[in-house]
Order: sequence, then C-alpha cells, then structure tokens
Amino acid sequence: MNSPNNFSFDNVSERYFTPEQIKKTRNTRIGIAGAGGLGSNCAMNLVRCGFEKFVIVDFDNVEESNLNRQFYFLNQIGLPKVQALKESLLRINPAVSIKTYQLKLDKQNIGNIFASCTVIVEAFDTAGCKAMLAETFINSDKFVVCASGLAGFGDSDRIKVKKIRDNFFMIGDQTSEISAELKPLSPAVSIAAAKQADVILAWVLGR
Amino acid sequence: MKLRINGKTIDIDGEKSISKLLQEKSINPLHVVVEINTNIIVKELFGSTNLKENDAIEIIRFVGGG
Repeated sequence: MNSPNNFSFDNVSERYFTPEQIKKTRNTRIGIAGAGGLGSNCAMNLVRCGFEKFVIVDFDNVEESNLNRQFYFLNQIGLPKVQALKESLLRINPAVSIKTYQLKLDKQNIGNIFASCTVIVEAFDTAGCKAMLAETFINSDKFVVCASGLAGFGDSDRIKVKKIRDNFFMIGDQTSEISAELKPLSPAVSIAAAKQADVILAWVLGR
Repeated sequence: MKLRINGKTIDIDGEKSISKLLQEKSINPLHVVVEINTNIIVKELFGSTNLKENDAIEIIRFVGGG
C-alpha cells in the first residue's frame, strides 16, 4: 500500500481509464460557477474522475444549513466555500490545481473569470444567475452544463439530461423550483450534480 | 400569424414583442434565454424585437435551486 507521502492519483486513475483518457481529463480546465449543492458535489465527482484543473467561484461562506446536501464538513462552518471546497478536493487528489475567487459573478466579470476554461458548470441557486450564465456562454466555444429543476424528493428519474445544443446541456426536471414546500435535499441535488459531471466526462473523453 | 414556440405551432394576432409574449405567459424575462430562428436574443432587445410569421422561438426557462 502507498503511504500518503508517495501517493499519486495516477495510480487510482490508471485502474479505470486509459493513458489517453487520463491525458484528456487532466488537461481540461473546468469552471464552476457556484460552490453550493451542485458545484461542490459536481467538483468532487470530477476530481474522482481525474480532472485536475479548476476555477471555482462563490461569494458565500459555509453555513450549518448547507450540511444537508453540500460537500462540506462541520469543521468548515464559517470558511469561504471556495477555500473549504479546495481543501476537501486536495484531500482526494493533492495534485489538483484550483484557482478560487470569492466574489459574485455577474454579466461584467463572468467572461473574464472563466476565459481559460473549456468547460463550465452552471451551479448557481437563483434562476436569474442561471439564465445570465446561459445567455453569456451558449454561443461561445465552451461546453456548458446547466441545472434547473431539482427540488424535493421522489421520482428521481425526473432528473433528466437534455441536450439543447452540441455544446449546451441542461440537467433537471425543468420545473421543480425551490420553495417553502419544495426544499433542496441531498439525493436529488446530488443526482443532478453527478449527472452534470457525467455529461462533462462523456464529452471530454469523446473529443 | 403562425409561429412556433418550443416546437408547438401557435397562432397570434397582430404585432407582438418578446417582452409581451413572456408577459402573457407569466414568464419572468430574467429567468429565460430566448432564441429566434437559432439566434440568441439578448434581454436588452426583448422589448424591441417583434415576432414575425414562421419564426421558430425557443424559450429556455430556468427555475431556482442548487
């Protein structure tokens, strides 16, 4: 068994992917817009698949209420989400390179911040921000995966992958909005985040 | 005049802007991306872009949660 000192995530990836596939995942930079339930879980899935380059953006700090679905831990409460997420991802693969920004993304800054990314994960919580990101990048050369409609529980097969364009996918049931009755819960949010990661993995490996 | 919205053919009377169409459908213009004949129409132009006969309109709608 490897000791932590000579651990390389390549030894993990080599069991599941070909060298050519590992090259593709390792060299693709992923932008993650929002580090809540979608962004934190999607990032965790992508790191486990061998992705190593990330730009992660979120303005918020970890709160107690986030622990119901987001990839954070009790001892991270109060930390900026981008810092907490970076620390946790490094615990899976110490070789990941993560650029973090603790700020609010808007129409003016989003293009520059994700300029170096080939893939963008839309992981906001508000509908307005989701639409802003989609409008900004739908006509770009980037591969964009959005999520819409993932509140509540039950009938999890409703969370579907919908291809809008070759470079633009949407995950969700398109209708279940967060409300007083429909809460964001770990199973459906994690399914949506994992499907975002799976769509990205399939696209990157298929290039 | 006839046009298509998200794949469904509908008949509308007279001139209508994207803003008016969204208003009639009770859709918040800030929560959508609108495409006419595969061209994205930015939000700033919703009020001044009128729908024309045979236009194919795609309304990509987002709901909150993440």
